[in-house]
Amino acid sequence: MKTADDSLLADLKRVLGDRVRADSAERALLRRDASVFDGGSAGPTCLCESTEEVQQVVRIALAHGRSVVPRGAGTGLAGGAIPLGAPVIISLSRMNRILEVDTDSRIAWVEPGVVNLDLTKHLTPLGYHFAPDPSSQQVCTIGGNVGNNSGGPHCLAYGVTNAHILAIEVVLADGEIIMLGGLDAEPSGYDLRGVFIGGEGMLGITTKVAVRITPNPPSVRTLLLSFDTPRDAAATVSAVIAAGIVPAAMEVMDQGITIAVENYVNVGYPRDAGAVLLAEVDGLPDGVDIDAQRISDIGRQHGATDVRQAASDEERMLLWKGRKTAFGAVAQIAPNYYLHDTVVPRSKLADTLEEVYRIADEHDLAVVNVFHAGDGNLHPLLLFNGQEPGIYDRVHAAGAKIVEASLAAGGVLSGEHGIGVEKQPYMHQMFSEDDLDHQERLRHAFDPACRSNPGKVIPVGHSCADIQSLRNVPEEVWG
Amino acid sequence: MSDFAKLVGAEGPVTVVGGRTRWHVGGKVHPDAREVHAPSGVMSYDPAEMTVTVRAGTTTTELTAALTEAGQRCALPERGGTVGGSVVIGENHPEVLGRGWLTSSVLQVTYISSEGRLIRGGGPTVKNVSGFDLPRLIVGSLGTLGLVEEVILRTNPIPPRSQWVESHDADPFTVASRVLRPSAVLWNGSSTRVLLEGHTPDVAASLNSLTSIGAWSEVDGSFDLPQHRWSFQPAELNGCSGTFVASIGVGTAWRDEPQPRPALSPSVIEISTRMKNNFDPTGRLNPGRSAF
Repeated sequence: MKTADDSLLADLKRVLGDRVRADSAERALLRRDASVFDGGSAGPTCLCESTEEVQQVVRIALAHGRSVVPRGAGTGLAGGAIPLGAPVIISLSRMNRILEVDTDSRIAWVEPGVVNLDLTKHLTPLGYHFAPDPSSQQVCTIGGNVGNNSGGPHCLAYGVTNAHILAIEVVLADGEIIMLGGLDAEPSGYDLRGVFIGGEGMLGITTKVAVRITPNPPSVRTLLLSFDTPRDAAATVSAVIAAGIVPAAMEVMDQGITIAVENYVNVGYPRDAGAVLLAEVDGLPDGVDIDAQRISDIGRQHGATDVRQAASDEERMLLWKGRKTAFGAVAQIAPNYYLHDTVVPRSKLADTLEEVYRIADEHDLAVVNVFHAGDGNLHPLLLFNGQEPGIYDRVHAAGAKIVEASLAAGGVLSGEHGIGVEKQPYMHQMFSEDDLDHQERLRHAFDPACRSNPGKVIPVGHSCADIQSLRNVPEEVWG
Repeated sequence: MSDFAKLVGAEGPVTVVGGRTRWHVGGKVHPDAREVHAPSGVMSYDPAEMTVTVRAGTTTTELTAALTEAGQRCALPERGGTVGGSVVIGENHPEVLGRGWLTSSVLQVTYISSEGRLIRGGGPTVKNVSGFDLPRLIVGSLGTLGLVEEVILRTNPIPPRSQWVESHDADPFTVASRVLRPSAVLWNGSSTRVLLEGHTPDVAASLNSLTSIGAWSEVDGSFDLPQHRWSFQPAELNGCSGTFVASIGVGTAWRDEPQPRPALSPSVIEISTRMKNNFDPTGRLNPGRSAF
């Protein structure tokens, strides 16, 4: 029997040939992303190589009444790329060319599938880098960074992705190609570019990006401060900011993660410290020495038991290697982990962290913490064995409590991972019905029919069009 | 419901008045529109959090005074007027390279909707990606989508030293590429003024690095800026002529006459029109004024 999907596939293949994948192995793979969430169902995957191909695929999907989901490297941790309602998946990983680098204007044009770190590697010989540096930067893509408004350790001073994007070419859910923002200083009209960033693929599909490139600082100082307790480390972070210093990065790791990292890569972190603070300042040589000394002094005033400054570039890279491989290290101590992402005011870091330990204990879960302390951005990792019956219920219950504690401390749901499907159930805790209604109005201006990545961010039930989009799948197709 | 929400109500054309310093931007408001004023006051400020909660009717002068007292500053231009007015006009500070972009510094926005409802978007922390970005939509929206009651702004420490220097012979484009992180490089066609900020030895080192490309002297401050802002790509500033002050490396130029509104693409106009209609279905917010 010829099904509705046979006809969809035939239309897609007419445009993309064998770059349409619909076998069961591929679909099983793309049902998920790097989050702990399941429940997606993938339609055909289209490996697009140009804006025009993305446009054609979007139009074909539309003609068949199907929604679309853009996908980069699938490293998202909030389930933003999980396909709901068997949408057509538009993979952008083959659109990975760096199109132009203009060091005079400090702009680079890139395709969305360019890997974050590949861009920085390309820029290094020219003396520049792309500032957002999420932990997944070795694999995550610029398009994904735009979709999630990604952060990273160095966003404390440099700002998150939104501060580094000038213009975005987008294929809208109706197939229109549009350029948002521009290279001029203050493009007129509503800031649709700014609004699009962090839209989690629900406002359209990024097909080309003009990024701001940042000159590499001539001098960098990296400090490793050891403390007896995470509270002392957190107090130091607050005191540094209060003293008028905005370091390039301030990262805290608790003892659990420090030991895991040491066992994994052996970079020289102290195993006996209750917490370590990795602080970095960059700029001109005299200024960084002044700030490094002040951070060191402030640390000692707040109970630092040891302060070490990287003496060479190699040592500096080693200290960062420990931080950047933290998630890999965790895989060595537990079969599964659930990485949370909330933000609290800096002054509430220590209290919230203690609450996180208490919550984990209460749910009989191990937890380790590695986080962007300078931004107040917590990253508790709940450790568990996914094979244990009922474990996911416990993990999610603990996660819900962590979110609750963060909001109670005056914080927000997510600092850099986004809402996706993960935080959707908590949106009501942070926003009123009216607030959510306005977020929905914003989204409808871009995608009135809710065809682009439906069913995310805004709690389901809020948007009739989303439900329509998710239900509008022919019965005989992918499940 | 807030007092401001009651004041705005749910019916009839309404316009919010700040300091009238940029009243001409975006077109003339319909004379029938009822004038309202947003509440004022710095509501909470904790320098160690680098955030300030301030009501829209507060003058930028009052906000600047509060921040200065704690050794901080923010991205809002200090050219008079109110905080709310500055946010919805969306102009950046002339020293944007040192202050940061306004659009990145509005962390949370509370506004009254066309239906008279209190809406909050964004969040109170320096980092936040919870839901769609209403603050960025409101910045530069000229009060056409909602009337701002309160914002939370990111603040930054005032650098230990700030020094303007001037040269009559240095090429401004070379200057902008030579100095690490200048806070401003302004050029009026005949001379260049640079704002160097940071630790005292860094400022001295930056100035020293400039001596190979021109003769420099210390000056008290920026040029007087003409009233109207023009937006260019940074490289296009090379072609500026007449009376102007151009921000090199940024692309803004100040001139005596207003910039003709650039034509937006039909797709951008379509989304913008839908945005306006979705947020203000009855068209009662600042009627006659348009952001696009």
